[in-house]
Amino acid sequence: MKTRRIDNYGKINRDKILSFRWDKKNYKGFEGDTLASALLANNIGIVGRSFKYHRPRGIFSSGVEESGALVTIGSKDRRDPNVRATTQELYNGLEASGQNAFPNVNFDLAGINNYLGRFFAAGFYYKTFMGIPPLEWGKGTAIWMFFEKFIRKAAGMGSASGLPDPDTYEHAHDFCDLIVVGSGPAGVAAAVEAAEKKLDVILVEQDSLIGGNQLAENDFDNSQIKNQLENLGIKIMTRTTAFGLYDNCVVGLLERVTDHISAPNVNIPRQRFWTIRAKHIIVGAGAIERHIAFNNNDIPGVMTVNASKHYLNRYGVLTGKRIVIATNNDSVYETAHQLSEAGANVTVLDSRTNFEIETNKSFEIRKGYVPYNINGSKKIDSLDISKSETINKSETINCDQVLLSGGWSPAVHLLSHRGVKPKWDYNNACFLPSDTKENITMVGSSRGLWNKNDCIASGIAGTTDALNRLGISKTNYFFPKPGGWKNPIQPLYEVKYKKSRSKSFVDYQHDVTTDDVRLAHREGFISVEHLKRYTTLGMANDQGKMGNIIGLSLMAELLNKEIPEVGTTVFRPPYTPISIGALSGRNVGKHFRPLRVTPMHQWNIDHGAKMIEVGLYQRPWYYPKENETLSDSYIREASTVRKTVGICDVTSLGKIAIQGPDSTEFLNRIYSNGFSKLQVGKARYGIMLRDDGIVMDDGTSWRLAENEYFMTTSTGEAAKVMSWLEELLQTRWTDLNVNVTSVSEQWAGVSVAGPKSREVLNNCVDDSLVITNNNLPFMGVTSTFLKGNIPCRIARISFSGELAFEVYVKSDFANTMMDLLWANAKKYDGCLYGLEALGALRVEKGHVTAAELDGRVTIDDAGLSKMASTKKSYIGSAMRKRGVLKNNDREILVGFFPTNLKETFNAGTIVCEKNNIKGQGIGRITSVTYSPELGHWIGLGFVKGGLDKWKDTNLVGADPVRNKQMDLKVVSPHMIDPKGERMYA
Amino acid sequence: MIRINCPYCGERDHSEFSYGGDATINYPSLDASEKEWTEAIFFRKNIKGFQFETWHHSNGCRMWLVVERSTVTHEIKSVKPCHPDLQRVVENNK
Ligand SMILES: [Zn+2]
Repeated sequence: MKTRRIDNYGKINRDKILSFRWDKKNYKGFEGDTLASALLANNIGIVGRSFKYHRPRGIFSSGVEESGALVTIGSKDRRDPNVRATTQELYNGLEASGQNAFPNVNFDLAGINNYLGRFFAAGFYYKTFMGIPPLEWGKGTAIWMFFEKFIRKAAGMGSASGLPDPDTYEHAHDFCDLIVVGSGPAGVAAAVEAAEKKLDVILVEQDSLIGGNQLAENDFDNSQIKNQLENLGIKIMTRTTAFGLYDNCVVGLLERVTDHISAPNVNIPRQRFWTIRAKHIIVGAGAIERHIAFNNNDIPGVMTVNASKHYLNRYGVLTGKRIVIATNNDSVYETAHQLSEAGANVTVLDSRTNFEIETNKSFEIRKGYVPYNINGSKKIDSLDISKSETINKSETINCDQVLLSGGWSPAVHLLSHRGVKPKWDYNNACFLPSDTKENITMVGSSRGLWNKNDCIASGIAGTTDALNRLGISKTNYFFPKPGGWKNPIQPLYEVKYKKSRSKSFVDYQHDVTTDDVRLAHREGFISVEHLKRYTTLGMANDQGKMGNIIGLSLMAELLNKEIPEVGTTVFRPPYTPISIGALSGRNVGKHFRPLRVTPMHQWNIDHGAKMIEVGLYQRPWYYPKENETLSDSYIREASTVRKTVGICDVTSLGKIAIQGPDSTEFLNRIYSNGFSKLQVGKARYGIMLRDDGIVMDDGTSWRLAENEYFMTTSTGEAAKVMSWLEELLQTRWTDLNVNVTSVSEQWAGVSVAGPKSREVLNNCVDDSLVITNNNLPFMGVTSTFLKGNIPCRIARISFSGELAFEVYVKSDFANTMMDLLWANAKKYDGCLYGLEALGALRVEKGHVTAAELDGRVTIDDAGLSKMASTKKSYIGSAMRKRGVLKNNDREILVGFFPTNLKETFNAGTIVCEKNNIKGQGIGRITSVTYSPELGHWIGLGFVKGGLDKWKDTNLVGADPVRNKQMDLKVVSPHMIDPKGERMYA
Repeated sequence: MIRINCPYCGERDHSEFSYGGDATINYPSLDASEKEWTEAIFFRKNIKGFQFETWHHSNGCRMWLVVERSTVTHEIKSVKPCHPDLQRVVENNK
C-alpha cells in the first residue's frame, strides 16, 4: 500500500520510527504522529462504523471535535473505548482497533442497517418503547423486549473491558492569579502580558504542543514561545484539558500523564484531575470548523479543511490527491494553495458568487457552487456539484477527497458552563460569547476573531481586563471587532438533495440526519432541548461540536425563524470526556471513603473478631470459636452475657464534653426529659427531638461535676448531634455560657455486661468499694482507677438489660484495659461479644436503635412517652403533638413473635391483617434476632394502634421480596425481664 | 465550587462546610405555641437573589456563619460569624 506521507513537510521526528497495530495488522509511524495521522499516512481510510447505520467512517478532523474516528486503544484490562484517534498520540507498540463493526470495519455485517434506515429514524427508541402502532398501542413493549438485546449490541460504540482498572489516578490542587486556557496566539499573548505584570499564571493546553492552530502552519516553530513562557515563570500544562468552569473561578483540569507512553512507570498516575482555584480566567479555546450537510457527506475521505492543513504541515501527510474543497468563507484559500503546492489537484467550490480573493491560480475556484452528492461507499469516487442559486446536480467532479468548511464556531463551551448564553452574530454566522460579571474573559478566535494580529491584541486586552477587575490596574482597553475576513461569510448549512432515501448527516457520531431534524419538527419536537433528546443531536461524546449549529439552522428554517430565536443548547462539563477513574482518583477500593477504627481494633482482631462496617466505623461483629457460624457465635455470646459476663467494644458511640455554668440549663432544653435535678455522680438516659418534634437521637449524659457533663450519642448520629449542639449555642442561645467539645476520639469504651460483671470489675479496679451497689447504684457514675493506675470513668448503664457497666479510659490505655478485663472475664467463663449479640440482647429488651429511630418516629411512637417531660419546655415540645403526630392510628413500637415458633422472619417484613395483604399493610418489622433466652425468633417493629389493639389477633408478616409469608403475633416490646430486676441487681 | 471566606480560617472550598438554612429566622421561645413554631420551621421564602443563610465550617474551625449568597449566581457578598460575640471579635480584628 502506498504511503501518503510526503517529504519536506511536517514537524514529526522522522528519525524515530514507531510501530503500532491497527485491527491486528502492523504499521509504522513517526514520533510526533497522532494515531489519526499515522493511519492516514498508511492510507487507511475507514476507521470505524457509524452508530446506527454502520456506515463506514473515516477521520473528519484533527482534534477534539472528532466525530468519526472513535477507536479502542489497548487490550485486556487496559482496553479504552471511544478514544479519538485524532488526539491519541502515537507510541511504540500502541494497539488500536475500529469499533462498532463485526467482523471488522471494512466488512461489517450490520451494514444492512444502512438499508433499514427508516426503522432507525429519530425517536426510534421512544417509539419502540411505547409499542409499535397500531398493533401494540397501549400494550407495552413486547417487540422491544424481544429485540432489545440485538439493538443494544448493534447500536453501541466501543465496549469497556469489564475488568478492574489497573491504572492509578490522582487528584491535585493548585492556586493562581490567572489561568489561561489555550496556547494559541491569544492565550500566549495574555499569559505573557500577565506574567510581565507579575501575576502568577498557569497556561493550559490540551495538545501535547503549545501553539494552538498555529501548529497547522508550515513555518511555525513553538520553541521560542516556549522559552519565553518558561523564562517568565509561567506554569505550562500541556496534554491538559480545562474540562469545566465552576463557581468562584474554579477550573477543572484533566492532565493525561501517561496516555502517550508505551510502558509508563507504574508509580506515575495515568491521569491527574486538577482543581485550580484562580482569581481570573482567560479562555482562548479557539474555534471549530463546521462541516456542511449534503447527501453522503460522511463517506471516508470527507474532512474539514483545517484538518487537512494540520495533517499536511504538522504530520507531513497529504490527505488526498484530487481534492475538492467546499466552502462559504475565506478561511480555506491558504490551505488550498498549500495543498496544491504539495502536489494535490485542488478545486474550490465557493457558494459565494461575488467575492475577491488573491491566489496564484494554482487551483481552480468555482464561484457559486456547492457540493450536492458524494458518489462512493467506502471511499469517494466523485462529487456531484450544483450551482448554489438553484440546487440541482449540474456536473460531477472525479476526486478522492472532499474538504468542508461551513464556517467556524467559537469554542464558547467553557463560558456556557457558567450559564452565560452566547449571542448569534449574523455577520460571522456563529455564536459569540456574551459578557459576564464573573472574572472570565474570552480572547482570540473563541470570541470570533479570525486573524492572528487581532487574536494577539485580544489576548493583551484580556489580561488588561483581568488586571482591572482584580483592582491591580485601571487601564483602558478595547477588543478587536469579531470577524477579520476580507469577504463576508455566506451562511451555508445544508445542500438539499432532491431524491428520496438520501442521508445527509448533521451529527456524524450519532448518525443524526437532516431528515431526522425534519421528522422531529413534524412530530412537534421543535424546542432545542426536545430536538436534542428526540434526535440525540449533540448527545454523543463530541457534544455536537461540529453539527449543533447545522441542526439549529435546519430547525430555524422549518420554523421560519432566525437561529437565535430557535435558541442554543447549553453546553455542560466536561468539554471532552473524562475517565471515571480520574473522577474517583485514589478514592477507590479500601480508600473509597475514610475508615474509622477504635483504639482496640487490632486487639479485637487478635482475639478473633470478625468486623462489620457501621457507618465509617469498623466494629466487632462476632467472635467465632473454631468452626462457629455467625449465628452459632452470636447466640453463644448473647447467652453468655445473660448467664455470666461479656465484654463489648462500644468506643464508636459519640462522646461530647459539655462544660460551663449553663450546662444543666442547656441539657434541660435539648433533652425531652428533665435534667435539672440530675445529681453529680449520676447519669441519665435522654432523648433529643428535632424542632419538628420527631426523635433525633438518644444517649446518656453523665454529670461529672457541677458544671461538667459527659454525653454519649448513638454511633450514627454523633456528628449530627455535635453540629446541632454547636448550632444551638452559636445561633439561638448565644447567651448560654456552655462549651461543647467532641471527645469521641479521646476515650475508649467497653460495656461489661452480665450477672458476673461486678465481680470481674472488682478484680480490675484499684478500689473495689467504689463499684458496690451502694456506691455505684444503677445509673451511677464514678471517676476512678483501673489497676496499674489507669484513670477511668465507670457508669452503671445497661443496654443488654443485665447488670452492666460502661468503662471508659483514655484511648492510649485501650489495650491495657482490654487485657485486664478479658483476663478476669475469662475466670468467670465470660466472652467477648460483638454487634450481632449486642443486637440480640437489646431486641430482647425492646431497646430502640437507628433501625427504629429512622427520622419518622415520635417519642410516643417509640413507646417512650414517659421520657417526654410535662414540667418544662424543650426542643420539639411545641411540635411533638402537632397534627398527624397525635393521630391515634400511628404505628407504635411493639414486639413480634412468629405464631409458629419454629418460623423465622426478616427485618423489612410488612405486617398485614389476615386476608388483607397489600400495600404498606398496618406495620413493619424493623429488627429481628433469634432469642437465646426465649428459644425462638423475635422481632421489634411498629404496628398501627400498637399492642393494645392487636394483642390477641393473628397478623401476617408479608415479605414479598424474599417470597415469604408467616403468621405473627404482637407482644410487648419488653420481651425479657420487663421490670428490669436484673439491671438493678 | 463555591468558595467561602471563613472569618477565622480564610477562603475555603464549600466542601469544607455544611449548609445550615435560613439565617433570618427568629426561633420562638421553647414555650411558644405550635403555630409560632410551625411558622418558624416550615415556612420559607424562595428567594431569587441574595439571601442570608447559615453555613457550618464543619471541616474547619466549627464556626457557624451567616453567608449572604445569591441563589442565582452563587456570588457571596458577606460572611460573618453567627454568634454576636464572635462577630465583635472579627470586627475588632479587621
Ligand atoms: Zn473556619
